[in-house]
Amino acid sequence: MVDASILPLVVSAARVRRDGRDIIGPLDAELAAEGTTLVIGPNGAGKTTFLRMLHGLERLSGGTLRWQALEREVRRRQAFVFQSPVMMRRSVLENAAYPLILRGRTRRQAREAAAGWLARIGLAEAAERPAHVLSGGERQKLALARALVTEPDLLILDEPCASLDGRATREIEALLVAARAAGTRVVMSTHDMGQARRLASDVLFLHRGTIREAGPAEAFFEQPQTPEARAFLRGDIVE
Amino acid sequence: MNEIWQGLIEAGRLIATLDADLIEISLRSLQVTVTAVLIASAIGIPFGAWLAVKRFRHRRAAIALLNALMGLPPVAVGLFVYMLLSRSGPFGVFGLLFTPAAMIVAQVFILTPLVASLAHQSMRELWADYHDLLISLGATRRQRIAAIVRDGRRALLTAALAGFGRGIGEVGAIMIVGGNIDHATRVLTTAIALETGKGNFALALGLGFVLIGLAISVNWLVHTLSRTEGGARW
Ligand SMILES: Nc1ncnc2c1ncn2[C@@H]1O[C@H](COP(=O)(O)OP(=O)(O)OP(=O)(O)O)[C@@H](O)[C@H]1O
Ligand SMILES: [Mg+2]
Repeated sequence: MVDASILPLVVSAARVRRDGRDIIGPLDAELAAEGTTLVIGPNGAGKTTFLRMLHGLERLSGGTLRWQALEREVRRRQAFVFQSPVMMRRSVLENAAYPLILRGRTRRQAREAAAGWLARIGLAEAAERPAHVLSGGERQKLALARALVTEPDLLILDEPCASLDGRATREIEALLVAARAAGTRVVMSTHDMGQARRLASDVLFLHRGTIREAGPAEAFFEQPQTPEARAFLRGDIVE
Repeated sequence: MNEIWQGLIEAGRLIATLDADLIEISLRSLQVTVTAVLIASAIGIPFGAWLAVKRFRHRRAAIALLNALMGLPPVAVGLFVYMLLSRSGPFGVFGLLFTPAAMIVAQVFILTPLVASLAHQSMRELWADYHDLLISLGATRRQRIAAIVRDGRRALLTAALAGFGRGIGEVGAIMIVGGNIDHATRVLTTAIALETGKGNFALALGLGFVLIGLAISVNWLVHTLSRTEGGARW
């Protein structure tokens, strides 16, 4: 990477308010420059909101996000993969090329780079098909390619493998491992503890809009410190 | 019933003989309305898309106003444009009154709110789909509008066609500002009104059938063209 990364990020006392209550926060967290962070926690804990907040899609009602770059730069150097991928009403190739077009690359450059990604995710043959005819797994892979085509510093994914079968999940995971090896910082949420164990270098455990536990993955899974995390990992209902 | 048959026969005769007057006024109808639709679309489509994408304080009021404007009575618009263009009016110096240009101006006033409102409705749905993605990708407002206009082009074409349908059949406004002058501003609808007034029901009906035929063929043509272009996949 030519420029310094936008990371590490320091989140201080961040809050997101909806309908008169804080659905996030006050929340403190740090994202180091390296690794893969898995965000886990029960339904409604605030994982989606937390990730959207990091990406700048949710307005803070308090607190700060401190990045290592200016705000404009920060958004440009991260990418987000939504739980249900948004397929633009265009061809598969045009979907993958679109972020580069937005950044002012020529159509030709954008399409070439996108075609390279389609080949990597095994969708080269589908390039000219309309994106909305893709299967769920293929859509998610396309969304991932569209996120990675800009070579972001930080890739955020919200349950990218929910409702995918084992094979599709493995394919996504392989792409994430490769992205990480290429220097992309990954932050993602999941309900699949197997996946969390396979991918995580560290874990953020969210409960009721705050981080109840954070740390290296191994320690977290071996010896969770809080009763909520212990209950969650046992598969109990977390109150 | 007899008169309807006579009308059909008259329509057939007019078309079969390529009646010069019929062709002249049909072409003028097309010229006026197609021009008005193009202008109305050039204004209404970006405006509708902008309205879908932009959040501002009086957005709801703006949308309500737009929908109200869509229901403007053409006669009132005609009167308004007449006053603007008449000799003593602010644009009187251009001498546009009783010319096809005046008719186009009046139709632009009538069609723009319609096209903008229909465009806004379909663009709003598409924007709801695209919102998070385009924000996430850091698209500027211009890029957002461009994206939904491009990807929603079929719905926008339908909006433009609705404008054409309204314009080609409109009579009140163009009668007032055009004056239905033979060989100058006479179009299908004003000719029908005139012939009906004179009691020439067969000719009036004949012109009516031509008008219907014209409206259907333009719709069909545009749909066919857009399908071969590949838009039908969406
Ligand atoms: N737009 C909103 N208005 C009001 N409340 C909201 C809104 N969005 C989210 N919430 C609430 O905020 C809380 C956190 O939601 P969030 O979607 O972030 O949870 P999550 O951890 O992603 O859950 P899941 O595991 O089910 O995806 C929930 O209680 C939810 O009801
Ligand atoms: Mg969620």
